[in-house]
Amino acid sequence: MSGLAKSSIARKVVMALSGLFLVVFLTQHFTINITSVLDPETFNTWSHFMGYNPLVQYVLQPILIGGVIIHFIMGFILEIQNKKARSVRYAKFNGGANAPWVSRNMIYTGLVVLAFLGLHFYDFWVHEMAYKYVEFLPENPTRYHAETVEKFAPFWRTIIYIISFGLLSLHLWHGFSSSFQSMGVNNKYSSSIKAFTKIFSVAIPLGFAFIAIYHHLNPIAH
Amino acid sequence: MKLFLKIWRQKDAGSKGAMVDYTLDGVESDMSFLEMLDILNEELISKGEEPVEFDHDCREGICGTCSLMINGRPHGPDSRITVCQLHMRSFNDGDEIVIEPWSATAFPVIKDLIVDRSAFDRIQQAGGYISVNTSGRPVDANAIPIEKEMADKSFNAATCIGCGACVAACKNASAMLFTSAKVSQFALLPQGQVEAAERVENMVRQMDLEGFGNCTNTGACEVECPKGISLENIARMNREYLTASVKG
Repeated sequence: MSGLAKSSIARKVVMALSGLFLVVFLTQHFTINITSVLDPETFNTWSHFMGYNPLVQYVLQPILIGGVIIHFIMGFILEIQNKKARSVRYAKFNGGANAPWVSRNMIYTGLVVLAFLGLHFYDFWVHEMAYKYVEFLPENPTRYHAETVEKFAPFWRTIIYIISFGLLSLHLWHGFSSSFQSMGVNNKYSSSIKAFTKIFSVAIPLGFAFIAIYHHLNPIAH
Repeated sequence: MKLFLKIWRQKDAGSKGAMVDYTLDGVESDMSFLEMLDILNEELISKGEEPVEFDHDCREGICGTCSLMINGRPHGPDSRITVCQLHMRSFNDGDEIVIEPWSATAFPVIKDLIVDRSAFDRIQQAGGYISVNTSGRPVDANAIPIEKEMADKSFNAATCIGCGACVAACKNASAMLFTSAKVSQFALLPQGQVEAAERVENMVRQMDLEGFGNCTNTGACEVECPKGISLENIARMNREYLTASVKG
């Protein structure tokens, strides 16, 4: 077991497991968010539950933040090692001839998603923390829908969100099915996993983009 | 045909290399790529210049010695071949051809286009073998029944010639395809089971020690491998390694 912790394979498994965990979270996040379009009341109920349930707040939320941190720190470690493994760059390297663009640029699509997470945390998480623990405002189970719609009023924020979802889609396109390969899964189910990856990596980011556009185009009248 | 060559020249391991331009005329389309380099070298020698050093041996795609990055691709533009099987009919009159050695920290340049691939030997030595009784009364290998599918997969893995194109093609200079082929060829056979756990742990440890990069599953290695070694082998090695590590 001591060798496992230091091995390149273990690092890839950590990357894969944290990535798959974030995929599960993304699905749950989308399921709640789409209700902000379909049924604002349900959105308020679920958002309030997520915001005040002790299990979510004190157990699941730290695990989620930990998962994000592990995923991007491990990503940086792997990238640094990979750069060291080729100290002299080729004068001519035709990477596009043998591997898709998305698989060769995971670090860049990942960096954009990370930068987006900074803005997203500022928009919603920091706001939520300030509401509850700085301003000590009372519980209001009906505020979430209006707050969310208001966030998408500025055109610039909606555009940044849409671009980020596009990059998230590219990141998922390679990352989701690749995580199975890292964990040793390459068998008769692999083609189904790849097909599901393609559907998921387009459908979920597209759904998030739809929510952002919908709220931008349908502001709440004051 | 007339070609404009850009070739990596490096005096020795300690020197800094650079691309040098050469113009070569009179190249025939039925020449092999290595014959084209032979002609260039004859010209250079006749002019009193240092010939371009490059690796070659069998010149029939078996030994894995020839190792050139040609226009940004290991073994050139054609698939499932080594450089010695590449012919000049794959190029056109007036083409510019960029020729470089494999680039990986674990494969230091010895001179010009020749790199030191002994890192592969050390990975192989770390566990790429089976211990068998070679004296007295060894059991005939044919007496051990082996499933056809397993035998075929093992043979396919064993066709790896260790040329290093997988490392050269990988954007991370990862040696996972080579190591996994060498692990798989034994892992799939009953004779390889006895030392399976020890083998995969030792070979992966050596691979990491050599300074190869991490596999990011781009699949470039599989595409460029002259023997078509499959990514399935990498997944198998990952499974073998994780199982061996967890069992301790």
